[in-house]
Amino acid sequence: MRNTKNLTAPGSAGHEARERIVRRKRSRMAVEEAIWGYAFIAPVVLGLALFYTLPSIASLGFSLTKWDGLSTPTFIGLQNFADLMKDEQFLRSLVNTLAFTFISVPLSVFLATLLAVLLNAPIKGRPVYRMLYFIPVVTMPIASGMVWRWLFNSEFGFLNYLLGLVHLPQPNWLFDDTLALLSIILVSVWSSIGYNAVILLAGLQGISSTYYEAASLDGASAVRKFFHITVPLLSPSLFFVLVISLINSLQVFDLIFIMFGKDQTMLDATRTVVFGVWESGFKYFNMGYASAQAWILSVFMLLMTALQMYLQKKWVHYE
Amino acid sequence: MQLAAKTRRQPFAIHLLLLLGAIVMLLPFFWMLSTSLKSFGESMQIPPTFLPHEWHWENYIKVWEKIPFGSYFLNSVLVTLGRTAGQLVLCSLAAYGFARLQFPGKNILFFGILTVLMVPSQIVLIPSFFIMLKLGWLDTFYALIVPGIFSAFGTFLLRQFFLSLPKDLDEAAKIDGCSIFGIFWRIYLPLSKAALVSLAIFTILASWNDFFYPLIMTSSDTMRVLPVGIATFQGQHATDYPLLMAGAMMAALPMILLFVLLQRYFIEGIALTGMKA
Repeated sequence: MRNTKNLTAPGSAGHEARERIVRRKRSRMAVEEAIWGYAFIAPVVLGLALFYTLPSIASLGFSLTKWDGLSTPTFIGLQNFADLMKDEQFLRSLVNTLAFTFISVPLSVFLATLLAVLLNAPIKGRPVYRMLYFIPVVTMPIASGMVWRWLFNSEFGFLNYLLGLVHLPQPNWLFDDTLALLSIILVSVWSSIGYNAVILLAGLQGISSTYYEAASLDGASAVRKFFHITVPLLSPSLFFVLVISLINSLQVFDLIFIMFGKDQTMLDATRTVVFGVWESGFKYFNMGYASAQAWILSVFMLLMTALQMYLQKKWVHYE
Repeated sequence: MQLAAKTRRQPFAIHLLLLLGAIVMLLPFFWMLSTSLKSFGESMQIPPTFLPHEWHWENYIKVWEKIPFGSYFLNSVLVTLGRTAGQLVLCSLAAYGFARLQFPGKNILFFGILTVLMVPSQIVLIPSFFIMLKLGWLDTFYALIVPGIFSAFGTFLLRQFFLSLPKDLDEAAKIDGCSIFGIFWRIYLPLSKAALVSLAIFTILASWNDFFYPLIMTSSDTMRVLPVGIATFQGQHATDYPLLMAGAMMAALPMILLFVLLQRYFIEGIALTGMKA
């Protein structure tokens, strides 16, 4: 198309006509491309708008009302939020969620780092180990919860039987306030180690061996190498794993539901915010109250993710 | 000499640690399997038996008789297939649009997709219940499948992948007279098998194991999917552990098998994206 220059002198009538045709053809193609573009994206954009964006906005509206899901909602401003601040059950669920998150996430990431370092060693059978540790990740959480509830059973459970074999105390795991929460933490760590380890292992494999060789020449110890080479160079993967784990942990629901959902006596020691959302919404049909809880948790999630983004400058090294 | 011995001993220590860890990780599966084959009486024995004295394979059949396990299973299969097929088609179309086509408003619409990606599910659940109610979709496959075929995550994942392909492909194909849809269908899709397989695996996994959403959207026993079905089963037969374990085993096994068979794709997929659990 550039060749038009050679055929007709710039500024001549023929040139301008040609330019106009080219421009029109181009704009017709652009219009055609835009039509295709809209057609390609329309289903997803409309579907997401209807099933995700609209409900998110509606949820904010719900949280300002008192509504049982049937009658006309009454606007009550921030009353739900004020009530929640005085609701001991909700505050307990918030404390439980935070305790669960701040214990299970570091524990899982720590063990996963250890596992990834072991898997990164030049050993045979790495894919087999990786597979075994990953199986809990793909296991249906409801099924995992059922099995672990049975394992934790104080009388007939396998765990206490094993503890008895080595003469350790056999606690009543599921009926003690602290241990009940700890049980959920253990299940969550068990089911997330494999996923975290796979990401961290990929990060480890990206670290060039020249760093370690140089450090060895300088006579650095293994521990020193770990903290001065491995940790900084692994920090982007660690950061990713921490952000994802934190978001997932704050939303824990399935395990609470299956392990303690039917058990009113133990529920208060283990209830999480998302469990409260379900209970308020679908057991007591208090839609406004449930939505307000969902929003408080979401703001927590947002703040914590933002905090991590801010803190990453201090410890995450990007090459 | 000493050094050689040390490096030879090291792998042994590593294998030992990894093996011990793996035993701990697999213990729940051992206990699930072992319990599922015991008689009810034996499961309540103190001290517990490691392996069943008599192997009650019929427990697995009893589960199908006690609860409509076959119906739960079929529902789970249909929902999973529907969501996955829908996502693959719709997300790849949208992803190509966002990655390669020019049209007014593209950036703002893509920003809209990113905001959906960041909205936590607990916010969406309650209003979606009422949207389903309005549409008359509660307790139907529409509620279980339709919202699940639209995915911000899938669109984002495939768009990133399409952007990594060389743009010259489009130009070359255009010169050969290939239509826009033709470029997408005949050039981009065949080159993106890895990304499509990853998306399919994540969707299958998330959909099969999904609990909260189907819990609130279904009320009749005939519409229940597996996780909801076996949770209800536990509610009704809280102590019949052999049957509960057999049910849990059958519910969890398909994803475990899928993972064992397609391990490479799972691991590559995680490396490609980070999985949305």
